[in-house]
Amino acid sequence: MIVYRYLAEVLFYALVILTFTGGIMTVRSKLLMHAVLGLAATLFGVAGLYFHLGSPFLAMMQILIYVGAVCIIIVLGVMLGNTPDQLAAKHLTGRNLPLALLTCSAGFIALFVATITRTEFTVATEKVGDMSIEFVGESLLLQYCLAFELISVILLTAILGSIILARGGREGKTS
Amino acid sequence: METFYSILPELIRIVICAVCGAVIVFGNALVMGYAERKLAGHIMLRPGPMEVGPHGIYQLVIDGLKLMGKQLVVPAKADPLLFRFAPLLAFAPVFVPLLVLPFSEKIQGFDLDIGLLVILALASINLLAILIGGWASNNKYSLFGVFRAVSQNVAYEIPMLLSLLAVVFMTNSFSLKAVVAAQSPVWFIVIQPLAFLIYLVSIVAETNRAPFDLPEAESELTAGFHTEYSGMSFSLFVLAEYANMFIVSSVATVFFLGGSSGIPLPYFEYSGIIWFMLKVYSLMFFLVWIRWTYPRTRFDQLMNFCWKYLIPFALVNLLITVVMVKLL
Repeated sequence: MIVYRYLAEVLFYALVILTFTGGIMTVRSKLLMHAVLGLAATLFGVAGLYFHLGSPFLAMMQILIYVGAVCIIIVLGVMLGNTPDQLAAKHLTGRNLPLALLTCSAGFIALFVATITRTEFTVATEKVGDMSIEFVGESLLLQYCLAFELISVILLTAILGSIILARGGREGKTS
Repeated sequence: METFYSILPELIRIVICAVCGAVIVFGNALVMGYAERKLAGHIMLRPGPMEVGPHGIYQLVIDGLKLMGKQLVVPAKADPLLFRFAPLLAFAPVFVPLLVLPFSEKIQGFDLDIGLLVILALASINLLAILIGGWASNNKYSLFGVFRAVSQNVAYEIPMLLSLLAVVFMTNSFSLKAVVAAQSPVWFIVIQPLAFLIYLVSIVAETNRAPFDLPEAESELTAGFHTEYSGMSFSLFVLAEYANMFIVSSVATVFFLGGSSGIPLPYFEYSGIIWFMLKVYSLMFFLVWIRWTYPRTRFDQLMNFCWKYLIPFALVNLLITVVMVKLL
């Protein structure tokens, strides 16, 4: 059984590296397309972490929705838009860089420190609760029904908004 | 040593699964490549490949060797990393769905309770690979091919999912084994004929094959998203296409044609796999047949057909199924 534990450990670190590499690629790459693909790698890594935590259902939904749908739509949006030959000028130079870093990370660090210091971390000795597909489905449709439905309302709003934006664009072009 | 022996059966199982997956993917491409060219020939009243071996049966082996020997040309203006990465991304995910397919009652890699989700999730990666490949080529034909591929695949995924969902509602399970087991008296093609037809139309569009091969329409776009690819990087796309054909045909077999069920043959315990393969290859023959019989549709017709006919019909079919399941 020790071999399994080593394998799981190796898998975990590989997935963490994939997630972080993708994240860094998303923020740091100069081409928008590379950034989106970095995002895809990150989402893949997160799906792998779900799998590692013993929930293949969540992992598959992550791949199906985020990698298979969201990333493809973003990539298509990027391709439909202009791909500038010259890269955007660098604004983060000199004194701006530390200031920008500080502004961006201040809130995150404050929340992070607050969360870590106030949470009691207990190591689970065994599998906590039922993570099967039946349990997930039942809790989504019974216990967390309101939240589940509210999310779909947000999606509906987004769809309506995008339709309105798209229609305006087309009419503007023809007139 | 103890730990080694405890892990050994699982290791052997994984190795067997991987080898069988590779055999299926490459063997399927060899058989289908030859069958497609031969069938295309006979449909067009010409003999097809005849030179290499009797009736040209070694044609695909020679073709494979030729493709391996060819140079991989990366265009000067292309994105070199993504251009090389895209064929791998198209080809790598096709092995995973093979693990959950129930080839017979006893031959199956892993029986997951989310078997269908695994297949659908991994199938969506193929589209991402096409996107990356077409964009990285930096060629206008590739880019147009990609636009078409994305709008077509995203649209046709919806009726495909809805038609499969009708069956899932009847069986209460995503597990492919349970779906096969639920069809022991009658196959679902009898109960869900509309869903089967919708699925059949959708898979032609999903695998980008004529009459819906708009992403690679030769007469307008040279070769669509793989215009710039040569040698093995091109053949990886082709291998992935044939493997995807095999997977979607297998899903149709499992969901509508009773999977591996059939008349049990005497003296052979695993007769299910023969029936399974027979059904899968009949469906693939059907796909080849319509490819070489019907002309290519126009793109707006294709999209209208999906959004105005297939999706409403699939939704109505799903609603009727749900009501009937609740009543019965």
